[in-house]
Amino acid sequence: MQQPHGHDHDHAHSHLDEMDLRVRALETLLTRKGYVDPAALDRIVETYENRVGPHNGAAVVARSWVDADFRQWLMRDATAAIASMGYGGRQGEHMVAVANTPEEHNIVVCTLCSCYPWPVLGLPPVWYKSAPYRSRAVLDPRGVLADFGVQLPPSTRIRVWDSTAEIRYLVVPMMPAAAQGLDPRQLAALVTRDAMIGTGLALAPGRAATVTP
Amino acid sequence: MNGVHDMGGLQGFGPVVPEPDQPLFHAAWEKRALALTLAMGATGQWNIDLSRSARESLPPAVYLSSSYYAIWLRALERLMRERGLADADELQDGHMRSAARPVARVLRAQDVDASLARGTPTERPAQAPARYAVGMKVRARNMHPPGHTRLPRYARGHIGTIVLVHGAHVFADAHASSPLPPFQEQPQWLYTVVFAAQELWGPQADATVQVSVDAWESYLEPAG
Repeated sequence: MQQPHGHDHDHAHSHLDEMDLRVRALETLLTRKGYVDPAALDRIVETYENRVGPHNGAAVVARSWVDADFRQWLMRDATAAIASMGYGGRQGEHMVAVANTPEEHNIVVCTLCSCYPWPVLGLPPVWYKSAPYRSRAVLDPRGVLADFGVQLPPSTRIRVWDSTAEIRYLVVPMMPAAAQGLDPRQLAALVTRDAMIGTGLALAPGRAATVTP
Repeated sequence: MNGVHDMGGLQGFGPVVPEPDQPLFHAAWEKRALALTLAMGATGQWNIDLSRSARESLPPAVYLSSSYYAIWLRALERLMRERGLADADELQDGHMRSAARPVARVLRAQDVDASLARGTPTERPAQAPARYAVGMKVRARNMHPPGHTRLPRYARGHIGTIVLVHGAHVFADAHASSPLPPFQEQPQWLYTVVFAAQELWGPQADATVQVSVDAWESYLEPAG
């Protein structure tokens, strides 16, 4: 699908203005009809802009790196283990965690739409919903990983999870060896959104500060 | 339906281009489109499978040339038009020309957190024992239903192995079959079925790759 920024900037801007007007008209109409409460809309936006995002998933992953009992629970019943940390609900009602190993790397996609584990990762980035990712993740996952600059040994098995129902998947990346001894907050800073989708790896310590959470 | 939304395995869309800062929204209207979609979903006049069905039945050229929130917005407008909640003129300029229709619920600000935290679980009590168990070989049916379905084309006709059994879940195809409440749930056992890439894409495919889909029981038939 269309990338967010067109090459024709005038066109892109007038399109933005048009969409802006159209959505404003829609919101006005639905408010007047009493179908929506504008304050509820504000709260929804605020929730996904500021409160629910990949820092939730990163906390889950970091804990699984240092707490063997939690990790077992996460792998056995991800919905309950994640809920115990206060994360759950819409688009994360039925969670499955899949752990990377030196032998196997996991990648999550939704080829049919944009299914994504909101409570732990927030809203999906544009590329996750884009035609290039949805079309190619199942056919050429190594090629997709290369687009992200990730090169795995040719012998590493790749396991692609297409989210075609209401099960949502969280990839548990491997902990970098150099991260031994860090505290949970420092560990969480190594866990990027892409690492939890499977299009990235956990960061080596020292690189965390350069990455936007 | 065999729509352009069913993208797995298509070629020619080019590389994946992650944006460096990966912003969630690219314009203010996208935030409001997201919130309006969620808030209107909460009125109970349709369900998530009907929303997906509305998005994937947009004209193919429109689907492919629209950004994701524009797809959501068009589908939302369509769902409202179809149910008489708003007409085309009203949607055009925002001026109310007809009275509001009664809706089951209106999502209030103070209920947003609880509503999001609750979500919409789809697991239901099983009506019958599961037909398949972990390790069993199954074939994804070769079928092309004209309505909403969640069995991607690339898996149809291929043999895979059951790796997870998720319990009985609301069957998406049935859930999208009736436009107005009460919706059909017809829960079925849901499985994760894994396929070798070579089974899906042929002998030249990467032997180290496996791909799974989540499939309701009626999508599958026994194999070997």
